[in-house]
Amino acid sequence: MAERDVLLEVEHLTKTFPIQGRNRERKQFLYALDDVSLQIHRGETLGVIGESGCGKSTLSRCIVSLHKATEGKIFLDGQDISQMRGKERKNMHRRIQMIFQDPYSSLDPRKTVAQSVMEPFIIHNIQPEGMSRLERALELIQAVGLDQYHMHRYPYEFSGGQRQRINIARALTVGPELLVCDEPVSALDVSMQAQVLNLLIRLQQEFHLTYLFISHDLSVIRYISDTIAVMYLGHIVELCPAGDIYQRPLHPYTQALLSAIPPSSPFEEKEQIELKGDIPSPIGRQPGCPLASRCQHCTQRCRTERPELKAVEKDHSVACFLYSQ
Amino acid sequence: MDKHLVEVKNLRTYFYTASGISKAVDGVSFTVDEGETLGIVGESGCGKSVMSASIMRLLASKAGKIVDGTVHFNGADVRALNENQLREFRGKDVAMIFQDPMTTLDPVFKIGDQMVEAIQAHENITKEEARRISAEALGKVGIPDPEKRLNSYPFELSGGMCQRVAIAMVLCGKPKLIIADEPTTALDVTMQAQILKLMKQLQTESHTAIMLITHNLGVVWEMCDRVMVMYAGRVVEQAAVKELYSNPMHPYTWGLMDSMPALNDTPKEPMSTIEGMPPDLRLVGKGCNFRDRCKYAQPQCAEVVPEPVDLGNGHCVACLLQTREHRLEREGGKRHG
Repeated sequence: MAERDVLLEVEHLTKTFPIQGRNRERKQFLYALDDVSLQIHRGETLGVIGESGCGKSTLSRCIVSLHKATEGKIFLDGQDISQMRGKERKNMHRRIQMIFQDPYSSLDPRKTVAQSVMEPFIIHNIQPEGMSRLERALELIQAVGLDQYHMHRYPYEFSGGQRQRINIARALTVGPELLVCDEPVSALDVSMQAQVLNLLIRLQQEFHLTYLFISHDLSVIRYISDTIAVMYLGHIVELCPAGDIYQRPLHPYTQALLSAIPPSSPFEEKEQIELKGDIPSPIGRQPGCPLASRCQHCTQRCRTERPELKAVEKDHSVACFLYSQ
Repeated sequence: MDKHLVEVKNLRTYFYTASGISKAVDGVSFTVDEGETLGIVGESGCGKSVMSASIMRLLASKAGKIVDGTVHFNGADVRALNENQLREFRGKDVAMIFQDPMTTLDPVFKIGDQMVEAIQAHENITKEEARRISAEALGKVGIPDPEKRLNSYPFELSGGMCQRVAIAMVLCGKPKLIIADEPTTALDVTMQAQILKLMKQLQTESHTAIMLITHNLGVVWEMCDRVMVMYAGRVVEQAAVKELYSNPMHPYTWGLMDSMPALNDTPKEPMSTIEGMPPDLRLVGKGCNFRDRCKYAQPQCAEVVPEPVDLGNGHCVACLLQTREHRLEREGGKRHG
């Protein structure tokens, strides 16, 4: 692999949401993200995996500035985007675009495909080089595998997979470098899912895109990513190259997650590492390891002290005391 | 002939819409035996849910109609039941677990009250007795502190916990058949593993038959004895799970199996997909419904509706090109088995 150039860097990002207690109780905070740091290299895909409520979507929303980070910084090419205002911020948005989970609610039902895809041109006042906006929109629509005759249809005329293609085309209009994909294939059927994943991989090569790809499906993440971050309760518990997660999962949570995936054949006998109970409440900052209450390796130290994300091998970091000698 | 618990023959359920007749279920036949788990897989819109609603007679009578076919449960004709008999049939003989646990439960009533209502609908017992049974059932499905939970509202529980409550409610009726319509789709993988384990355990205890509707083949491999693949309202393939896995025959099943990303795949290699989209159910009827997306389609596929043919060992395939005399050569695709 050639030189890996960092496109996006997240440093100690924390996002809390205030919760109004009943009867004028003391105000509490929900820790959606707690001290998250990561890097995304140019042209690569960082996959983020975790169960619902682990903060994956909050992370993606902070990166596209839909949420304002409580603490911490986000750098795009060395520039801190969390502090940007006005024009500077609007220009930054041209470089980071997002694809949402629900292909039904993310398109305006009263706009035709052409109108939706051309809207970013109007917002950012872009005039494509050497062609009209409509021609450029058509080019993009064709790039995502739709046809000219789809241009003047309305969203209700399309299936989920096709709508997701339209969303991707719309995100590409402004020529972004980073595409944040928040569960783009979870709402789709397997055959559509495979089509959209193939499309995303082809577009990555064609447009030199960098992806932040969020999913709760480990096999999808494993397939599309170069690096995988495993999140649990607002923390990154393991960060490693995609191949390693299958061969050498280190964190007990990652191991449990892997063992919970249904078998890939009826002949496979899987040994299950069961996580007992539910995810604990993210309200208030708890001391100790977030997994302490469900982990079978839990020690006294895990309950009182928080393990930090540490590199145990080259490119492979894990936040667990089992590996810190 | 063996006696089956459920015997569905040539079931057809059509929806009469302003723009035509939508053939949601078009000639489906299958059987389920006691203590057996039948998996039903297919993409959304292939008729899985309409079929289960037809068996339960849950279709709103205005639009959807069972136009043909028979459904026998334990020898009795389900289509001939009147309203009173249906009340007995639903919940007592056959119970359903739905996809979304949060909407299965009524948000404005306490869990205990809902369970008591369900029990008292079928059994003539006191409220106290019903509460005791409810608490017992909640304990059985692994809910901590069941007595206290009876007084909780559904919003106080997580999705996985609500699904456990739904399963507990089903257990109270001691049904002979449970129809589980995507019971784990709305849940996370770790919770899915817990719920599936629970369902398996309860099945071995009470010898209940399960019809498990899902689009996740992995869940099928884990749970089912037999599996039925549906496409556009018809059954395209039916076989024992291990047989289907090692020897799938229908081109649609091939596509389905190949388009599931596996953990040991080479990353970023293009996955094989099924091109195109499922057909509009208002326009189907003539020929094989899969022909437009099928790599192997021949001219005769547009003319003749393929009938399911038993190719031995109960492996039924509805494809004109897969017969006893002649087999298709599968192109590309992952090697399984």
